[in-house]
Amino acid sequence: MIATTDLLAQKLIQAVEEADSSQRLLTAVQNLAQARLIAAIPTLIQVLGYNNPGAAVAAVDGLILIGEPVVSPLLEKLDDYNYGARAWAVRALAGIGDPRGLNTLLVAAKTDFAMSVRRGAAKGLGNLHWHQLPPEQVQTYQGEALEALIQVSQDHEWIVRYAAVVGLAALLNVTSTRPDWQARIIAQFEQMLTTDDNLAVCSRIRLAQQSN
Amino acid sequence: MQRVEFDQDSTSAVNPVDDSSLTVEQAIANLHHQDKGLRYYAAWWLGRFRVRIPEAVTVLIEALEDEADRTSDDGYPLRRNAARALGKLGDTRAVPGLIACLDCSDYYVREAAAQSLGMLGDTTSIPGLMKLLAGGCAEATPIPGLPHLAQPYDAAIEALGALDAREAESLIQPFLEHPMELLQYAACRAMYQITANPTYGDRLIQALKNEKLQLRRAALADLGAIGYIKAADAIAQTLAENSLKLISLKGLLESEVKQTNDTLSADAIRVMDLMDNLL
Repeated sequence: MIATTDLLAQKLIQAVEEADSSQRLLTAVQNLAQARLIAAIPTLIQVLGYNNPGAAVAAVDGLILIGEPVVSPLLEKLDDYNYGARAWAVRALAGIGDPRGLNTLLVAAKTDFAMSVRRGAAKGLGNLHWHQLPPEQVQTYQGEALEALIQVSQDHEWIVRYAAVVGLAALLNVTSTRPDWQARIIAQFEQMLTTDDNLAVCSRIRLAQQSN
Repeated sequence: MQRVEFDQDSTSAVNPVDDSSLTVEQAIANLHHQDKGLRYYAAWWLGRFRVRIPEAVTVLIEALEDEADRTSDDGYPLRRNAARALGKLGDTRAVPGLIACLDCSDYYVREAAAQSLGMLGDTTSIPGLMKLLAGGCAEATPIPGLPHLAQPYDAAIEALGALDAREAESLIQPFLEHPMELLQYAACRAMYQITANPTYGDRLIQALKNEKLQLRRAALADLGAIGYIKAADAIAQTLAENSLKLISLKGLLESEVKQTNDTLSADAIRVMDLMDNLL
């Protein structure tokens, strides 16, 4: 069984490495991603740096499918990446939702030069898998995410503010033990509705208010 | 909130002082500066930071007739920047000057003027814009040695669509079959705006599957501009950057919300769901 899996992984990885056109690369990465193999992690991480949006989307999907085992190698690689690859890596971390990604997401959401990175990180901050943390740490982590998201909800790019609303809305749903935080999120939404002139951002706030 | 927008679809007023070495007063004064580089930069800056005050519009309108700043091939760089800026400032006092620019010898001045007239929404510019299309597809052919066609056809077609220029329908229609896909898409976009016939929106959905990334990007922009709600899923699935898909979906969402008087329809919620997944 193991031998078969190894053989399959080898075949799929080889197809990615030997792809000689954008379309073949995309197909090969999609196949590798769908196989959901631990052995595929290094290759999928590498694809994030190829400057091929289609292939990167497929690689991110594949990394999210594999989940937790991806987090350590991805965090190790992050510093070597260019902006494009960082954006994909942050999206993978945000999608996996492992709380070990918190610090990366905090820094990325608040300070990253690229708005696509701030955007992905903001959404991820609200959607971490809090149950994976020891109970006594949950509030510390959520508190940090909340502070960051309130700040990011004032970003100068509409799409980052939109993502912050998505993050805050998710946080609103998991903080019933902290009514003070929930009140802050609701107040922040109200304030944004009066000051933010972007119709998409305001629509997303209204959706969050309806769902709450 | 301090707002300095970098995206092209911004409509917000801004606080221009925070993000630049120029002030509003300096920028306006610089449009009369003897250094043509400073004049050129000031014209760009006033548009970039949406300086919507009458004095800024007045100096920019004057700059549309500038004769001092010329390129080696007889272009008018200051006029180009002034024409672009005036589209962003939303003051229809600029319309007569921009219409005059549609006859300028500089292609890029004509292109900028057409784009800005589309943004300003004043229907008195329709006849001038229609004149740019007068020769039809027969004249819309590549010019040897130049990177553009005889006229800024795409800009003129898009502006006429934005102005809902029904009288231009028969002029725009032949461009649906122009050999250049970008012009076909511009024609689809305008024809949809003028006729609301879904055939044209559906053609743009097909264009999202074009094998060239540049054309898929153009179709995303066009569908966002017409707010074609049926395209939502196809946009989300297009092989292109998420940033561009999000801007396109934003166009759909805003158009939908405006039509339903700010309430959230099932379609609007569906679009936001797609957007959430692309963040």
